[in-house]
Amino acid sequence: MTTDTGTQGIYFDNNATTMVAPEVVEAMLPFFTEQFGNPSSMHLFGNKVGFAIKQARQQVQALLGAEHDSEIVFTSCGTESDSTAILSALKAQPDRKEIITTVVEHPAVLALCEHLEKEGYKVHYLEVDDKGRLDLDVYRSLLSNQVAIVSVMWANNETGTLFPVLEMAEMAKAVGVLFHTDAVQAVGKLPIDLKRSSIDMLSLSGHKLHAPKGVGVLYLRRNTRFRPLLRGGHQERGRRAGTENTAAIVALGKACEMAMEHMDHEQTVVRTLRDRLEEGIIAAVPHSFVTGDPSNRLPNTANIAFEYIEGEAILLLLNKLGIAASSGSACTSGSLEPSHVMRAMGIPYTAAHGTTRFSLSRYNTMAEVERVIEAVPPIVAQLRKLSPYWGENGPVEEPEKAFAPAYA
Amino acid sequence: MWEYSEKVQEHFFSPRNAGAVDEANAVGDVGSLSCGDALRLSLKVDPETETILDAGFQTFGCGSAIASSSALTEIIKGKTLDEALKVTNQDIADYLDGLPPEKMHCSVMGREALQAAVANYRGEEWKDDHEEGALVCKCFAVDSVLIEDTIRNNKLSTVEEVANYTKAGGGCSACHEAVEEILTKVMAEAGQTFQPAPPAPVAVAVPTAPIKMTNVQRIRKIEEALDTIRPNLHRDHGDVELIDVDGKNVYVKMTGACAGCQMAAVTLEGIQECIINALGEFVRVMPAELMPIAQRAGG
Repeated sequence: MTTDTGTQGIYFDNNATTMVAPEVVEAMLPFFTEQFGNPSSMHLFGNKVGFAIKQARQQVQALLGAEHDSEIVFTSCGTESDSTAILSALKAQPDRKEIITTVVEHPAVLALCEHLEKEGYKVHYLEVDDKGRLDLDVYRSLLSNQVAIVSVMWANNETGTLFPVLEMAEMAKAVGVLFHTDAVQAVGKLPIDLKRSSIDMLSLSGHKLHAPKGVGVLYLRRNTRFRPLLRGGHQERGRRAGTENTAAIVALGKACEMAMEHMDHEQTVVRTLRDRLEEGIIAAVPHSFVTGDPSNRLPNTANIAFEYIEGEAILLLLNKLGIAASSGSACTSGSLEPSHVMRAMGIPYTAAHGTTRFSLSRYNTMAEVERVIEAVPPIVAQLRKLSPYWGENGPVEEPEKAFAPAYA
Repeated sequence: MWEYSEKVQEHFFSPRNAGAVDEANAVGDVGSLSCGDALRLSLKVDPETETILDAGFQTFGCGSAIASSSALTEIIKGKTLDEALKVTNQDIADYLDGLPPEKMHCSVMGREALQAAVANYRGEEWKDDHEEGALVCKCFAVDSVLIEDTIRNNKLSTVEEVANYTKAGGGCSACHEAVEEILTKVMAEAGQTFQPAPPAPVAVAVPTAPIKMTNVQRIRKIEEALDTIRPNLHRDHGDVELIDVDGKNVYVKMTGACAGCQMAAVTLEGIQECIINALGEFVRVMPAELMPIAQRAGG
């Protein structure tokens, strides 16, 4: 299988979103047509849809290794799951005014935490070292009965670096603090067994694992104190009101089942593709390096910094060749700073703007990898030719001094 | 993905005048590494005539930064330094058939590189007055620093005032939360508390006993009212034309920069208020496009 169907090009941006698997599309289609019933209805139209949702719930349960299928709450997306988890913990424990998270979280968590700070909550942001790793001693010292919730991502979306969430959840449990993990990037790429963990809440997003956009899950461990974000109906046992997005839920169930089947493939074949891509590019492009922690990361993600050039320009030239990737440059997001993840790891500006993320999936092939390895070096060389930091054959001497523009 | 014009793409994929100019006698370095855009402009200037004989650029930056640099060099080649200094960032953006609001700063960087290079040639020291904040209003490309300064210098206290002074928030209104936050912050510096104003009651002054006027008298009054507004519109390079008056409906055409401006709806409201005051009766001011077809000239 391949995503390179001539016109579509080479898709190496699977941490942004994934292709909906054809089997998943097939599974969901009847729920737009003859299976249109409302699962809450008493009649046969609704009943059959209700059964399909039940099956989907069990498929998600299996992938997460949850003890009960009732611990699976369907939501509209990963962001909703994150917001629900954090706001629930605050509402359920009004005396606790602190949150622990990390500086490299996804905006779904970071922006919410920054907003909560304005409302008077104290947020502790754990810092990372140059490989994106946490200091667990600092974490331990912050845990207290003032903390309402810890929210730490399982895998970083930009670098793929894994956080020791299983261990961190144990540490939180030991002092009676709720633990939530944004596992949007990890689910489907790593084996997960929640029943043997102390994780209280976990977020996942359908479109990151070959299901469509518009569906997510909040895993909610049984007996975890909970306050819903949306009230107004008995759906999801009153924990997430609103008529179910039945087609997308059925699709997510199917996608989870397929992710289970492909878990070994992800860990072996996809990992081999990624490793070859990374090694091939690094060997061919001088002044480039891998960001994050190469020894402890997702099998599909390679994040490479190309020094002295800017990421959006790289992406535009890759796109011209039909290659899709993404970048940590400021320009690709419309913000004024390069990726907060790169800055947190202390990557200098001249490299942070040139970070490029290649994220693979089981639909990629070695032929695609080889084509990207061929394509990247001339693009980097072309942009370096334009760069004021680059001389004839390499960076100018003392680049940061040779070119120090006004208002730098 | 950004909506880059064909021209931007073309100048990015095939930049003109890339690289440093041989025997350059004017160099300008500007940009910001943290923002990810920096540009070195080198010029070869004829000392006799001060004509720019050659221009070259080296840019660390995104697609539109490279395209803006390329456009700049094309625009200024052959111009004298004084002519070149008249090039505005809008000229650069126009040359490229426009830039996305988030990318207008690339054209600003181009103009500043030119100023820096000219200063370098003339042995002057170029000081940038440049401070750029996060983009707040995407409709009109207004950043946080400009909003903060404007609030401070004019002692503004409402979202509406910020829109009137900076245009920020005058379009889709999605940035009003961010504008309120800036107001809160800046007003706190002066020891004041930002009070979100309740929505202003729509000032529709319907007089108790309208004076009866002939159509000609009414149209004359309306024209007079429009004349009082015109100077404001001219300042923004726009104008308004009275097309027809049909009972309570007044049809106008916005021209110049006002045509297609996202503030047009706001402007129409202001015009309506002004005409109502002048006539002493309620009228509805509408763009001429909304005029019933049969009523249009030749229609």
